[in-house]
Amino acid sequence: MWYYEKKLQYPVKVSQCNPMLAKYLIEQYGGADGELSAALRYLNQRYTIPDKVVGLLNDIGTEEFAHLEMIATMIYKLTKDATPEQLKAAGLGAHFVNHDHALYYHNAAGSPWTATYIQAKGDPIADLYEDVAAEEKARATYQWIIDISDDPYINDSLKFLREREIVHSQRFKEAIEILKEERDRQKIF
Amino acid sequence: MHTSYKCYHPYISPFDPCKPIQTKCYSTPPNLYMTFQPTNLRQYDTPYQALCHGTLWPDLFDPYPNVRKEGTS
Repeated sequence: MWYYEKKLQYPVKVSQCNPMLAKYLIEQYGGADGELSAALRYLNQRYTIPDKVVGLLNDIGTEEFAHLEMIATMIYKLTKDATPEQLKAAGLGAHFVNHDHALYYHNAAGSPWTATYIQAKGDPIADLYEDVAAEEKARATYQWIIDISDDPYINDSLKFLREREIVHSQRFKEAIEILKEERDRQKIF
Repeated sequence: MHTSYKCYHPYISPFDPCKPIQTKCYSTPPNLYMTFQPTNLRQYDTPYQALCHGTLWPDLFDPYPNVRKEGTS
């Protein structure tokens, strides 16, 4: 089970109403390399991974939900008082017709989130390499969003999230090293 | 020299309904350890042997399934 802390992992501040930026940010909400994919991938793979690294997938998967919440907050704040005309001008006309101001799990191009974005192969090495790749792809996505965004407050939060991807990638690579170790063999110093 | 399989003993709950598999193994093929393949690695003696193994180099060959037959998966 989870305990919930009613605060964000890192503060989210938005400098101006900018539905266009929200349209790009939704990639990290319901996109293939987004936070939802990450959280569901790790929390699902953890059941069939060796005991030594279950805790890592559990903890990182949980943190991804905290990131999802930050992204949701950004998107919500960037669009909450935007008029239908503003949304239309930002390319969110179709989104408005389908969802009003609600958030939805789809990518920047409007394709709904699908379980085919994630994999659970059951082979620990294959699964962990997928996790490393997912973190690197998420890092890249954050970079491109930062590049396209001119909101300094949003970029500050995005830089925090980008750094977390780097740390997670490192931890997954350490997990692979743990699984590669010759544990039954005597170590000679 | 590395081993092609690593085995562990997963936690077994007193409430697991299926007969517990005490030892589980996973594959750790040689490419995990090689990083960049060294030059002049020893090759199989005959082209036929190499064809049968799927690689020119014994150091890259990985047997499957686990020849030691320890548990499954």
